[in-house]
Amino acid sequence: MGIIKACKLVHEYIRRDEEGNVESIQTALNAVDLDIKAGDFVAVLGHNGSGKSTLAKHINALLEPSEGTLFVDGKDTKDLKYLYDIRRAAGMVFQNPDNQIIASVVEEDVGFGPENMGVPTKEIWQRVEESLKSVGMLKYRNHSPNKLSGGQKQRVAIAGVMAMEPKCIILDEPTAMLDPVGRKEVLQAVHTLNKKKGVTIVLITHYMEEVVDADYVYVMDKGSVVMQGTPREIFSQVDTLKEHRLDVPQITLLADELRKAGLPLPKGILTREELDAELVELYRRKACQSF
Amino acid sequence: MLRDITLGQYYPADSVIHKLDPRVKLMATLVYIMSLFTFRGAAGFMLATVFMIVVIRLSKVPFSYMVKGLKTVIILMAITAVFNLFLTPGEEVLVHFWKLTITMEGLKNAVFMLVRLIYLIVGTSVMTLTTTPNQLTDGLEKALMPLSKLKVPVHAIAMMMSIALRFIPILIEETDIIMKAQMARGADFENGNIIKRAKNMVPLLVPLFVSAFRRADDLAMAMEARCYIGGEGRTKMKPLHYQSRDYLAYLFLIVYFAGIILLRIFLA
Repeated sequence: MGIIKACKLVHEYIRRDEEGNVESIQTALNAVDLDIKAGDFVAVLGHNGSGKSTLAKHINALLEPSEGTLFVDGKDTKDLKYLYDIRRAAGMVFQNPDNQIIASVVEEDVGFGPENMGVPTKEIWQRVEESLKSVGMLKYRNHSPNKLSGGQKQRVAIAGVMAMEPKCIILDEPTAMLDPVGRKEVLQAVHTLNKKKGVTIVLITHYMEEVVDADYVYVMDKGSVVMQGTPREIFSQVDTLKEHRLDVPQITLLADELRKAGLPLPKGILTREELDAELVELYRRKACQSF
Repeated sequence: MLRDITLGQYYPADSVIHKLDPRVKLMATLVYIMSLFTFRGAAGFMLATVFMIVVIRLSKVPFSYMVKGLKTVIILMAITAVFNLFLTPGEEVLVHFWKLTITMEGLKNAVFMLVRLIYLIVGTSVMTLTTTPNQLTDGLEKALMPLSKLKVPVHAIAMMMSIALRFIPILIEETDIIMKAQMARGADFENGNIIKRAKNMVPLLVPLFVSAFRRADDLAMAMEARCYIGGEGRTKMKPLHYQSRDYLAYLFLIVYFAGIILLRIFLA
């Protein structure tokens, strides 16, 4: 069993009227099965309203399953006595960087998690320093978060989670409100944490480009997992993705169009370099044939 | 337009006063205010002046910063002085014209009241200039901790204060954005009488409140995700501990206040 395992996970948002009668039920998660291995970089892709944020909140035990079970680090999220163990094991980074930074000094914000966990003062300082260093924000430790860029704020938020020494970090569309530079910074920081510290990453996003480097991808639509596999497997199915209102990375799309136009390119090309290499190879073969 | 509001007026410098525990500074401000209304006569006045000058010197904050705070209360000071000047009854009449009389006592009272007010403002601004809002919140939390035995939610109040401090600049920026957005749609925030202007604020306040509530909701969730469960079992990254200089400051304070009281008793 992996670090995060969902079995037939269901979540229903129930809207009640004033008397408490059920007015409508909206199923946000419908029998989701997941198994995420420790140390992996997993991406969850989905269009707006696909249930991916609801899933993120479940992993942090912020929501309770309506049906089915979810195990985080071997603990059932329904079991209240494990609530804080789960939140310690699986840290969460939210979309809006402003709404998750609590303190008015960077280092104090990073220290907030360890303070809540009752970590001794001396160790808090060590953790704060280490986690700020791991996201490359150490030199901003005495700054006010209000003066940082979006990407920097989001990195501070990641450092704040890192200081709690989680086994796993869930990032719920961490780049949705950032400019391209900020997005790059944040992704770089996340990849570094995954590779150097071995932290399991669950990245929830709707940007295809961010998924390319993941180890495994889940595609969600209307509350269910509709596709899963490596990025190459996923992106080789351009038409299925389009059915779920998702795009593919531009390079993959270009390669797909070229293939449809008659060029014998393989499926699932993800990066510019790959397409480059394939085209050069193709040209060489053609040149050989004609001579 | 809204951007030039600065919160607090902390003046960063490396001085003994800056380094003092915020609790000491809170206490000292309180004692100083009490002393201003206790002292009597020239000697007491001298002592209060000397104390203030010494503290200002120690704080390394330029005197002009202290005086800045006076501007906002200049009207209050003028009114106080005028009332004291004309309305104090007394034997020795200095000036008498029409229905107004100025007595010797009135003059004395006016001067003392004025001095007291000025010292009050300058004295308290020494605290705000040398203490960051965060330190102040921390100091208040720790100083008021005994009240939590009486079920006063001291930790929650301090947490709310520090979150408010963090979000005020964000909300100000947001107000600015909403204002511009509404102005682009033809809203008018500057013309008309007070009632009309207040009415025109509605399209500004409604979105601002909606967004503030949304932020509060998000923040609460983010805090919960980071294991926040209130003050219990929490450790501090920057705990407050009294140093020897803090005890020395308390001693200094006691001597000063005792001096003021003794002068009042023996010289009055």
